[in-house]
Amino acid sequence: MEESLVYIGLAAAFGLFMAWGIGANDVANAMATSVGSKALTIKQAIFVAAIFEFLGAVLAGGEVTDTVRKGIVDTGLLENTPKLLVYGMLAALLSAGTWLLIASRNGWPVSTTHSIVGAIVGFSAVGIGVDAVQWGKVGEIVMSWVISPLTAGFIAYLIYQSVQRLILRQEDPLEKAKRYVPVYIFFAAFTITLVTILKGLKHVGLTISLRDAYLLAIAIAVGIALVGALAIRRIQPDKKADKKAHFYTVERVFGVLMIVTACGMAFAHGSNDVANAIGPVAAVIGIATNGSIAAKSALPIWVLVLGGIGIVIGLATFGRHVIATVGKKITQLTPSRGFAAELAAATTIVIASGTGMPVSTTHTLVGAVLGVGIARGIEAIDLRVVARIFVSWVVTIPAGAFLAIVFFFIFKTVLP
Amino acid sequence: MANVLANIFGSSPVQPLEKHIGIAFSCAKQLNAFFAAAIKGDWEKAAVVRGEIDRLEHEADDLKKKIRLRLPKSLFMPVPREDLLELLLVQDKIANRTKDVSGVVLGRKLPIPADIADQFLEFVDRNVDAAKQARKSVRELDELFTAGFRGAEVELVTALIEELDQIETDTDDKQAALRAAVYSIEETLNPVDAVFLYQVIELTGEIADMAERVGRRLELLLSH
Repeated sequence: MEESLVYIGLAAAFGLFMAWGIGANDVANAMATSVGSKALTIKQAIFVAAIFEFLGAVLAGGEVTDTVRKGIVDTGLLENTPKLLVYGMLAALLSAGTWLLIASRNGWPVSTTHSIVGAIVGFSAVGIGVDAVQWGKVGEIVMSWVISPLTAGFIAYLIYQSVQRLILRQEDPLEKAKRYVPVYIFFAAFTITLVTILKGLKHVGLTISLRDAYLLAIAIAVGIALVGALAIRRIQPDKKADKKAHFYTVERVFGVLMIVTACGMAFAHGSNDVANAIGPVAAVIGIATNGSIAAKSALPIWVLVLGGIGIVIGLATFGRHVIATVGKKITQLTPSRGFAAELAAATTIVIASGTGMPVSTTHTLVGAVLGVGIARGIEAIDLRVVARIFVSWVVTIPAGAFLAIVFFFIFKTVLP
Repeated sequence: MANVLANIFGSSPVQPLEKHIGIAFSCAKQLNAFFAAAIKGDWEKAAVVRGEIDRLEHEADDLKKKIRLRLPKSLFMPVPREDLLELLLVQDKIANRTKDVSGVVLGRKLPIPADIADQFLEFVDRNVDAAKQARKSVRELDELFTAGFRGAEVELVTALIEELDQIETDTDDKQAALRAAVYSIEETLNPVDAVFLYQVIELTGEIADMAERVGRRLELLLSH
């Protein structure tokens, strides 16, 4: 296809722009709690986030990217008119980017994932035909949007209840914290590593037996837990600060745990959201280079790397500012509460990534925070914002779809 | 850029409440200096201290209004909003009573008989102690929230409230003794002054009463 360079160029440009936006805005979800509670400096947070977002995108992002690339649209129907898919995916990228710009200008809590999926469904259903959409898959995806915040909320509730019972309500919370926090670190590292090994690595070309997967996950988790325990041992109780706020040193111990869960959250976010930018790009590149769609074509790993790089550039440039701003506003999320929410969210998201479900990482985290709130862990939650999130769910799909349809017909007319 | 995570948190009333009791106590604490000056007959000094009391009472009032405005019904909290507002109300009354009693004394330049001067100052001091204990208790609020209103922290706060009760009972005893002392020298006093002296004793005693009510409100929070 002669125009392939134009398409690839456009796709890469739009895709990188989306990835940049994802990195800039969402990195705060993972790192702001650590920066806000001074467990990490901003520089350290950016460094850590860059590593783990990239690893998440490359090691565990393949499944979801595949879903976005070819799981929503029935590519078989487009055998004879592959260009329609190119126009459509480009339109989807542009539409999602535009909608996000509009939403952020107005302060609406919309989700990148919902926008992209809505856009793809939109152009497919209207631009090509209702049969072009794999409605079964779409139904699964929408279900996952409901299940992920609920699951994260439930897990966060359980985790925080355990923290309260084992540590915060005890006579000697500091001693109990020093004893139990390494155990939490182990579980955090184990869960995320295991899900990644089991579900994500096949796109990197590695296969591993179930028994070996468990053993490897345990080994890695033990290693991380030991490092954590060492870091905790180095924390000296600040008698003066403890007199003013009894849990000061306890929260510092939890700070170590929170760094681990922040890494997990960054990893999870990279694994699920890279698809929003790179899924459509991969589809376009596939058609532009092969001239048609091969439904069984494997996802080239360099596409994931491209997405990962885009996210890292985003978080390193604009992300610093967002982390600082958000970090100041979420002081209620002390390390003991923050880690519960992040661990629950990270686990849920990584499982979703493993099963190829594109979920909203932000809304999943909000669900987790609400879970901690129901465990009476948050001082004040603004329910009006929660209501606005529900409204945005309803509005984003049609909005993304509408914009995608408009751009689709523009591209169809304008592009070669 | 709107970040959902940042906006999910409403403005928590816990820190403002702790700040408010601090102001209320600072206000009550002025009574020691105020009555010391009044007993000496140094009404200029007393007026200066009363000015400070006035300023602090206004500060407490302003903070109280701010807290009320920032507690909409849409705020989801682990304890009922009404309970926190009631706590705020009685906290504020500590400052109010302080202003009232100092106003009466200054306005009349009320002479306090030398015979009961020491006893009176002790009584005032004990009331200020009660206010201090109330502040100590309320300052445990954020720890209570962290522990989810259960466990070792609850026991700690319950012990603080018990101590507060004891201090208030002590002020009751001292108040009775003081009234008896005034009664025994009643004849020697200007009758109008005597009546106002009894009133001032009663108003001062209400500071410990309000402090004790703060303790009661806290107990109610604990019971959730």
